[in-house]
Amino acid sequence: MSKEKEPFFSKKNRALLTDPLDDDNPITVQVLGICSALAITVKLEPAVVMTLSVIFVMAAGNVIVSILRNVIPTRIRIIVQLLVVATLVALVDQFLKAYAYDVSKQLAIFIGLIITNCIIMGRFEAFALGNGVWKSFLDGVGNAAGYGWILIVVAFVRELFGSGELWGVPVIPQFIYDLGYQDNGLMLLSPMALIVVGIYIWIQRYYNRKLIEKD
Amino acid sequence: MEDLVNLFVKSIFIENMVFAYFLGMCSYLAVSKTVKTADGLGKAVIFVLTISVPINYLIDQYLLAPGALTWIGPQFQDVNLSFLTFIMFIAVIASMVQLVEMIVEKLSPTLYGSLGIFLPLIAVNCAILGGSLFMQQKDFVNTFESAVYGFGSGIGWYLAIVAIAAIREKITYSNIPDPLKGLGITFIITGLMALGFMSFMGIKI
Repeated sequence: MSKEKEPFFSKKNRALLTDPLDDDNPITVQVLGICSALAITVKLEPAVVMTLSVIFVMAAGNVIVSILRNVIPTRIRIIVQLLVVATLVALVDQFLKAYAYDVSKQLAIFIGLIITNCIIMGRFEAFALGNGVWKSFLDGVGNAAGYGWILIVVAFVRELFGSGELWGVPVIPQFIYDLGYQDNGLMLLSPMALIVVGIYIWIQRYYNRKLIEKD
Repeated sequence: MEDLVNLFVKSIFIENMVFAYFLGMCSYLAVSKTVKTADGLGKAVIFVLTISVPINYLIDQYLLAPGALTWIGPQFQDVNLSFLTFIMFIAVIASMVQLVEMIVEKLSPTLYGSLGIFLPLIAVNCAILGGSLFMQQKDFVNTFESAVYGFGSGIGWYLAIVAIAAIREKITYSNIPDPLKGLGITFIITGLMALGFMSFMGIKI
């Protein structure tokens, strides 16, 4: 191999980590992995746990698929990929049940649904199948972080305005309530997650004009 | 009988896959640009849900649930295989999708033509796996009940995607702020529709 070795954090590799945070965000631009993003964002804590789980599954899965990429027959690759994810998710699920039982109860079936989270399959197909191990690892972490970022923003807004708390701790001082302020119970209902994401997309595209869709 | 009707209506409207649990959102957003494609995918989802939920019900009852293996012999009473749930369910769904694809292709080429490209997509549609996982939590008493649940959830999903596709077809004529076009407005409309669907809550027949 005559090709010079790329440094671990070359510009291109850094872009793999940072692009998914804004320009190529999995949720607001690639439209992947919406399901879980919306259902678990009532409070910050489950959102953060979910983010960590997805980062783990995504990074490990990308690495495994990238290692196997030359041995998987193309015809059955979907099933192989599903099995890789399902195994990793089963690990996460057992781990959460053992060490964070309350959160695991709140997340309920959404941990299981990481398996069919399209971000994961999407990145396997689009990236890990065609790239080396280290790059795939960065891509996995980057995309999972971009996903988590939206989750945390939405959860922050919903918990703050919905129940006046952050991470279960009341943050809105009493005198504001005395002035007649009330928590907005609507924020706790699931439809508001969609509307908050919609507004986030609006703001993001207002500042990042190249993302605007043309029809 | 009344229970079944109740379950059916509940799974369509009150526990609608899209509006109450946000399941199957990815394909819901990606494939809802025109009513025709939405209709095709919706039908495929109804089809696969109606088949995969009862099959997974049987697997859960006779293989996975704690003590489910007792039918082999009393010594298996304490075996609990429920940690295998995800792997089993997703394997069943992936192979079911493959099987359904082959059967439909053989028996009804016209139906295959209209479902064609959507069938493989369904393996990774979270509404399908979600249906099976909810079924596991619901303690149905027999296979038929779980089939009704699967069918109802499928219809709920179908209604949702056809409705949003129709709205999106119309909305191309509206004057929307540029940054909100496409994805943004679709999210907000779905949110409003979900608020509407919340009014079904608490209905009992």
